[in-house]
Amino acid sequence: MSDLRVTPLNALHKELGAKMVPFAGYEMPVQYPMGVMKEHLHCRAEAGLFDVSHMGQVVIWPKSGNYADAAQALETLVPVDVAGLGEMRQRYAMFLNDHGGILDDLMIANMGDHIFVVVNAGCKDADIAHMQKHLSDTCKIEVLDTRALLALQGPSAVTVLSRLNGAVADMKFMDVARDVDLDGISAVMSRSGYTGEDGFEISVAADDAEALTRKLLAHDEVEPIGLGARDSLRLEAGLCLYGHDIDEGTTPIEAGLGWAIQKVRRAGGARAGGFPGADVILSQQADGPVRRRVGLRPEGRAPMREGTQLYAHAEGGDVIGHVTSGAFGPTLGGPMSMGYVATAFAGPETMIYGDVRGKRLPAKVTAMPFVPANFKR
Amino acid sequence: MKFTEEHEWLRVEDDIVVVGITEHAAEQLGDIVFVELPSVGNEVTKDDEVVVIESVKAASDILAPIDGEIMEVNDVLTDEPSKVNDDPLGDGWMFKIKPSDASQMDDFMDEAAYKKFIG
Repeated sequence: MSDLRVTPLNALHKELGAKMVPFAGYEMPVQYPMGVMKEHLHCRAEAGLFDVSHMGQVVIWPKSGNYADAAQALETLVPVDVAGLGEMRQRYAMFLNDHGGILDDLMIANMGDHIFVVVNAGCKDADIAHMQKHLSDTCKIEVLDTRALLALQGPSAVTVLSRLNGAVADMKFMDVARDVDLDGISAVMSRSGYTGEDGFEISVAADDAEALTRKLLAHDEVEPIGLGARDSLRLEAGLCLYGHDIDEGTTPIEAGLGWAIQKVRRAGGARAGGFPGADVILSQQADGPVRRRVGLRPEGRAPMREGTQLYAHAEGGDVIGHVTSGAFGPTLGGPMSMGYVATAFAGPETMIYGDVRGKRLPAKVTAMPFVPANFKR
Repeated sequence: MKFTEEHEWLRVEDDIVVVGITEHAAEQLGDIVFVELPSVGNEVTKDDEVVVIESVKAASDILAPIDGEIMEVNDVLTDEPSKVNDDPLGDGWMFKIKPSDASQMDDFMDEAAYKKFIG
């Protein structure tokens, strides 16, 4: 595993007894001694601490010094309203190719004089090259590769962080704050995450990461959570995992992410289109896509894993889609999947069938999230 | 009790053999969320896939360790698959098989050899 990269918390993960696995080129904790199921339930009940330092943190600096110029540049790559994003507010976005396929999904934040971007670990080298290629005329791309990223998620996250800095409780869902003093450690924070729970993502200097992690773990409510539970938490929350539920071959409309395209970028909007693949995406938005991402609740207990072929009938007929993520939901208390099906089968309550080890098992199309979100709006 | 390289245990009870997975296997699999058991009366051949286990991580097949007939299965696991994690050598047993060739049992490891095998 010597060619794997490590995060600033690598030694601490091992000290905590984590089982380490390769993930997106990094050696990462998949679980701690508590185990995936208990870690998942703990995060929903109290607070879970995640090391997400493998993700890419990038700053887009407008050469003019004006946020509006950086926003205008970034809007050529993403279909969302960057210019209208409020100061110290965060928003979900995606990079697109010329066919409207998703190159990566990301979070962007208006930091006043720059845009702060968080991208997936597996895509970050390509994303950075993409931004450098397309934005360099008007912006400077700064890769924050000496910063760590932690996520504290769960209903007690705000309680714990408020003990370090009381002002944290005033942040609302998708708010961002800079220069937050967390018991002597300076952080950039957002009230967001990838679990469906209230929580925060916390960017700190790599040198401060272990100290902050130890401070947070010292609170009774907080347990470290690995990638295993991170996956079941995000799937219960109906959130996409890049490379599985969305990729270069899926558009935001097929993926049910049309909500992320604000009106101003849609047909008839003041800044309609102007992003890669806009013709494909805007026509899909008008006419409906031929396939859609849906949630599935398999009957019984057998999970329908990624790759499971889906059919309209218990016997015979053509494949109508496939599963892109599937697991057992510890909070849900049963199996759940998401996948793509032909639009005719995408309505809630539609019964379809998944081929699990040669047997067609019934599964019901279900609205997501599977477990209600618990955000502080 | 005997052990296989596939991390199953076998316990002889009169003329039948009880089969489950070892503590080591249960720990490696992680939290088990689904167990699919064979039908009673099935005639199976060594290395047939007889049980499917799904953990929070992945699906795994349990192979028949010997030739024989499935005499009984632990139906409790269908609703309470976590018993395999809680008590792999006891309540988490999977099936009972009547061997058609008892000499196949001779190849398996005793506990000391299995412990050495898993290091």
